[in-house]
Amino acid sequence: MSNSDSILELVNVSINFGGLQAINRLSFQVESGQIFALIGPNGAGKTTAINMITGIYPPAEGEIYFEGQVLSGKKPYQVTRMGIARTFQNIQVFQNMTVRENVMVGLHTRSRSEFVRCLLHTPMVRKEERMIRRRCNEILEFMGLASKAGLLAAGLPYGDQKKVEIARTLATEPRLLLLDEPAAGLNLQETHEMSHTILMIRETGVTVLLVAHNMDLVMGISDTITVLNYGEKIADGSPAEIQNSDKVVAAYLGREPW
Amino acid sequence: MENRNGCKLVDLPESTRRKDRFSFTLLVVIIVLIPVLVESKYYLIVLNIIGLNTIVVVGLNLLIGFAGQISLGHAAFFGLGSYFSGILTANYGFPHWPAMVVAMLATGAIAYLIGYPALKLRGHYLVMATLGFGIIINILMGELEQFTGGHDGLIGIPPLSVGGLTFDNDLKNFYLIWAFVFFCMLVARNLLDSRVGRALRAIHGSEVAANSLGVNTSSYKVKVFVLSAMFASVSGSLYAHYITFISPSTYDFYYSIQVVTMVIVGGMGSLWGSLFGAAILSFISEALHVAKQYHIIAYGVFLSLILIFLPEGVLVGIQHFYQSKKLQRLIAVKTPFLLWFNRF
Repeated sequence: MSNSDSILELVNVSINFGGLQAINRLSFQVESGQIFALIGPNGAGKTTAINMITGIYPPAEGEIYFEGQVLSGKKPYQVTRMGIARTFQNIQVFQNMTVRENVMVGLHTRSRSEFVRCLLHTPMVRKEERMIRRRCNEILEFMGLASKAGLLAAGLPYGDQKKVEIARTLATEPRLLLLDEPAAGLNLQETHEMSHTILMIRETGVTVLLVAHNMDLVMGISDTITVLNYGEKIADGSPAEIQNSDKVVAAYLGREPW
Repeated sequence: MENRNGCKLVDLPESTRRKDRFSFTLLVVIIVLIPVLVESKYYLIVLNIIGLNTIVVVGLNLLIGFAGQISLGHAAFFGLGSYFSGILTANYGFPHWPAMVVAMLATGAIAYLIGYPALKLRGHYLVMATLGFGIIINILMGELEQFTGGHDGLIGIPPLSVGGLTFDNDLKNFYLIWAFVFFCMLVARNLLDSRVGRALRAIHGSEVAANSLGVNTSSYKVKVFVLSAMFASVSGSLYAHYITFISPSTYDFYYSIQVVTMVIVGGMGSLWGSLFGAAILSFISEALHVAKQYHIIAYGVFLSLILIFLPEGVLVGIQHFYQSKKLQRLIAVKTPFLLWFNRF
């Protein structure tokens, strides 16, 4: 069914909320090692697509494959364990925890001690805890958050909270990372830093699926772009092809009447 | 630590661990010293009740303060511990320590049966489920007369013993109960400072994010609820063997409210706050016996005041006050003056 190069494949996926057809027979493939962008006007169904991939909503029709395995019907925590991680459009940082602890939660899937072991603080727990600390420090370093490790996440500026979210997802050691509006609410300087971070993440071998509004970010770093409008794919191709597509211009700006 | 840039990493968890070690040592010292200082038998009884309440409150705080779920049925779990232990030992001659373990496991199993469906649903269904459950159990304690002794209570529960030592007076029970308090707090601290503890706090922070990071949130909520019920059960068993007589009125709805209040007053999510909340409110309950039927009103006023002025709990509230800028400024202004003043 799925192409050997593609890490993620959607085949004729549809979902509707009541009478609203949020996604209609959407198909696309994300190739391994790519930065793949999903763009479109407000309400086009971009976030809904991410929610379906990560198991928050099961698709009503169609199939989703990750590395050849069926994803549809899996719960979010199971999807994460398979190697897909995501961030959220509206930040979902654990405000009640420090930056370090936020990232440590991300290492949950990389460790196994359960309730009884943790209650008794067994040698296995201690060993895992050391591993978690070490990995956590590496990730904080990678994201440039090491100096803020001990701070409460709630007190950080917006841009740093976004970084914490990404750091946390990297801790799950994903092979596919879904970023929902990583540049939303960031200023020019921060957007530039974010592009750099995303490119760095790709360098480590992680495939990135990006949902975004911000054209500077998308056009600058994406390998392939798919454009959605009203839940349907209207175009796909390289950034240059998308920029010259009449359909895309019409979807974003409205069709000229003459 | 991996640190190439030479910038110093703040290691928060390690430092709290050291602070905890100090606090736990202090707790042991206080436990050992108290019977030397307190001679009155009455105060010893109050301290024992505080210890039993602390165990329930620590368990309940794991649920409320860390996983963000509320139970209004902990009197029932406390009661199930008492009645399972009491019935097995007094009626059937079961050895008491195994009976206590059986009570704990059975209570945990019952909690699982309630928690599993209630926690599958989003929203505060656990509150309603535990509220109803608590009332049903309380009624059953009175009605199942052939097992529980009905409203007259169950008598003849033997005291606990280890080897040749029987815990048959208030002082011996003081050491026994507080040894359990120490152990329960240690175990709770271990859990909080672990992978599971962080996952629980993450659920409190954002359930959808915790789930997307690979935490099986509904399973964790059920497990921490079961654990919390088991803490209450252990405390209930200790109570039954200490007082040697139990009756349904101890386990009414009012007790469930009381332990939730202790969690809130001590500070949701604060382990040492649990001890503090249990201590303050147990003392206040005792003191308010003078006020007879009006004591519930006074209790209510006190709870309201705490919620309005110290919503994060008394202990945490005091800590924040000490760390507040206002106080630091005050000290900064006063210290030179005091130093100058001390020269005379």
